[in-house]
Amino acid sequence: MSTTTPAGQQPARRRLPRFRVNLRQYGILAALAIIVLLFQILTEGRLLLPGNVNNLIQQNAYVLILAVGMVMVIIAGHIDLSVGSVVAMVGAIAAISTNQWGLPWWAAVILAILVGALVGAWQGFWVAFVGIPAFIVTLAGMLIFRGLTLVLLTGGTINGLPEQFTAIGAGWLPGWFGELGGRDVLTLVLGALAAAMLVLQQVRSRATLRKLDLPREPLTSFWLKIGISALAILAFTWLLSDYNGTPIILILLALIILIYTFLLNRTVFGRHIYAMGGNLFAAMMSGVKTRWVNFFIFVNMGVLAGLAGVVSTARAGGAVASAGQNYELDAIAAVFIGGAAVQGGVGTVVGAVIGGLVMGVLNMGLSILSVDAAWQMTIKGLVLLLAVAFDIFNKRRAGGR
Amino acid sequence: MNNTPILRMDNIVKNFNGVTALKNVSLEVTRGEVHAICGENGAGKSTLMKVLSGVYPAGTYGGNIVFEGEQVGYRSINESEADGIVIIHQELALSPYLSIAENIFLGNEISTRGVIDWNRTNREAALLLARVGLDENPATRVLELGVGKQQLVEIAKALSKQVKLLILDEPTAALNDEDSAHLLTLINHLREQGITSIIISHKLKEIRQIADTVTIIRDGETIESFSMSEPDATEARIIRSMVGRDLSSLFPPREANIGEVIFEVRDWSVYHPVDTTRLVVDGANFTVRAGEIVGFAGLMGAGRTELAMSIFGRSYGTNISGTVLKDGVEIQTRTVDEAIRNGLAYATEDRKKYGLNLIGDIAVNVSAAALAKLVRFGVIDRHREYKVADSYRAKMNIKAPSVSAITGKLSGGNQQKVVLSKWIFSGPDVLILDEPTRGIDVGAKYEIYGIINELAAQGKAVIVISSELPELIGLSDRIYAISEGVLTGEVARADATQERLMHFMTAGKDSAL
Repeated sequence: MSTTTPAGQQPARRRLPRFRVNLRQYGILAALAIIVLLFQILTEGRLLLPGNVNNLIQQNAYVLILAVGMVMVIIAGHIDLSVGSVVAMVGAIAAISTNQWGLPWWAAVILAILVGALVGAWQGFWVAFVGIPAFIVTLAGMLIFRGLTLVLLTGGTINGLPEQFTAIGAGWLPGWFGELGGRDVLTLVLGALAAAMLVLQQVRSRATLRKLDLPREPLTSFWLKIGISALAILAFTWLLSDYNGTPIILILLALIILIYTFLLNRTVFGRHIYAMGGNLFAAMMSGVKTRWVNFFIFVNMGVLAGLAGVVSTARAGGAVASAGQNYELDAIAAVFIGGAAVQGGVGTVVGAVIGGLVMGVLNMGLSILSVDAAWQMTIKGLVLLLAVAFDIFNKRRAGGR
Repeated sequence: MNNTPILRMDNIVKNFNGVTALKNVSLEVTRGEVHAICGENGAGKSTLMKVLSGVYPAGTYGGNIVFEGEQVGYRSINESEADGIVIIHQELALSPYLSIAENIFLGNEISTRGVIDWNRTNREAALLLARVGLDENPATRVLELGVGKQQLVEIAKALSKQVKLLILDEPTAALNDEDSAHLLTLINHLREQGITSIIISHKLKEIRQIADTVTIIRDGETIESFSMSEPDATEARIIRSMVGRDLSSLFPPREANIGEVIFEVRDWSVYHPVDTTRLVVDGANFTVRAGEIVGFAGLMGAGRTELAMSIFGRSYGTNISGTVLKDGVEIQTRTVDEAIRNGLAYATEDRKKYGLNLIGDIAVNVSAAALAKLVRFGVIDRHREYKVADSYRAKMNIKAPSVSAITGKLSGGNQQKVVLSKWIFSGPDVLILDEPTRGIDVGAKYEIYGIINELAAQGKAVIVISSELPELIGLSDRIYAISEGVLTGEVARADATQERLMHFMTAGKDSAL
């Protein structure tokens, strides 16, 4: 209200505040785009060859799955250092169950996920009900489950997994609709559907905001964002259709992203996770059963680690004791690059997935350029540091504490 | 005792972001005396001591400080301690895993070129412990000591620094009777050794027992200072000076429509969660009627918040005993969730720490305590959530551009309205509001009083805990006074005066109802 308004006059019409563009969310999308462009130029176009795009998904599926579980752990203010070891152990159990016990592939998958859930319940028990910090519980878990993997595999490897099992990580949907000009039609159709769904969903949620008279981002940046995202999806599937079609793992990933976005944004469980990360005491004093929420966060992380174990074992075509090394660090890095706050309370599934893709593109680009593994590690470390520094800088500028 | 002042503070003024904490405080402390400073919560006592000791560095306040005949302006605690001014805070500042001796000489180690001389350290610590009358091995870790003994270690630490002026902030607030008595004897003893003490206390009995002079501060101003040997130096006079301001704040008019007793607490006792032998609330009995606003008056540490939090889902304390009745039927309130389901609501004293998700928007905060109302098949109806929040925004006059505004960015008054919205939305029959207007400007206070009146008019039982006596008197139909964990008085609105309440609030635990 301006100071020149005479007293007693009605205040000016309620002005909606200028929508503050969420720099962090856009920042990470822009960072992904810049990194893709940069490596596309540096690799003289090899980064976005259809085969490489396909590998980007199949090679990084495990990080993306783990990052989805990890973002929930981190929003609640915890950490999970054990997921790499859990991936290895679950992979070993899945391989043993098909190869030695003769279980069918689907039973092995279910068993793997159950083992993951059990591991999660074990760790959740110590964190939630005994009150040991998750850092310690999962550090112990990192050792325990790596040790058990070595026991199970007795130092060797198990190869020769059923074909259906390996297809989860390294297979494609059959080309039901045939090919058109050498391209898989099914993949193109799925891409078009996904792009349409994205546009529809965004337009609908904007309409809801309008109906509730809540602040909305400016129309131009809204359509720019949707347009670029939809085009990216179409271009992505265009490239995939030129290779072997739709990786099965891509469907699985899409489902996980949809389900967990819904879980975090629309369910009581998700709301309680944000509430606890935002202010644990306030959540307790509002009647949130914080122990049970913590417990189930870890059970869920275990389930997703089990799934990641299936996926990475399937992709590798066998179980080795050294599988899953540093996976926890990749997942944690993805979550923080994706905009989660170290203090908890902030983070999104989509952010974590984009963070995972940033790491994936870096990995792939640097590999194509045949950068030494030691330097790859160094560069990834710097990217993580800069991403979080950028976040903190942003918050300070916004006048946060 | 000679009569030269060891300390003179003249016309001290201190502002925090435009809020005046100290308007004009002057203090003169005679060498070798015990000088008591009295005042209500928030009167400015602790701020004054922080100005003196350099916690607020010279230059951030106005006025003059003269210590031992020299003008001083300390920029840090280190500087004031070097001159022999040592302050012992209410929350003790010892490192629990270090030994008594290590704590005494922490930051002041007896060493040669960085290597500690343990023999001398332990020997000198033992001498200091003898001086404060603490019979413990200097190698004992501090966490093994009770609060009373820790207090003595703090004093020993002060003595090791050649203290000339010892400042004790509410030294007996956390102590039991025996430890308190011991401490007072020790202060007396130190006086004989020529050490001057300033003691900040609410307990008038103690002041009468030990102080030579008393200075009373109210609303950031020195009201008066007099010798306790004067014939009219009575407790009544101290109380009058502590509370004697005008009832300047206004309260919205209200017509009380009081019904049956709907909330009753019987024989409620609570022990301290860490010091499990200390009774924090001792056999409290009280009732609240439908449509009634009941105030709880008590000084800091009297057990008001502890009483409320222990009832609300056992959020405080151990060994809780007693019964809670609603509409004459016993109800359980073992968890916060259970308390909410049984129709209780508790708006916490510290809204930032315990009340709000400050990084969340208004909508998620309003729905936080009653999310179940907005859920179908486990899915939150976000549409309705925003509508509900928006209706409260309008009703409560929460000044924010929309309900997607982040609560951490709102003013204190608006944050408090969000907290109240949250609890009103949970649909309670009994609301406990702990310091509902703390840190809120006058305009917003008036609005919140209006909201509280409205809740009572709807037939709810409302309990208001407040440190501001005029607020309690202006708002409540009936007021309970609590002192040292015991309900010491029950005053109807018509009979309520600040003097009367203060009398009960300082009565001590022997004056149970």
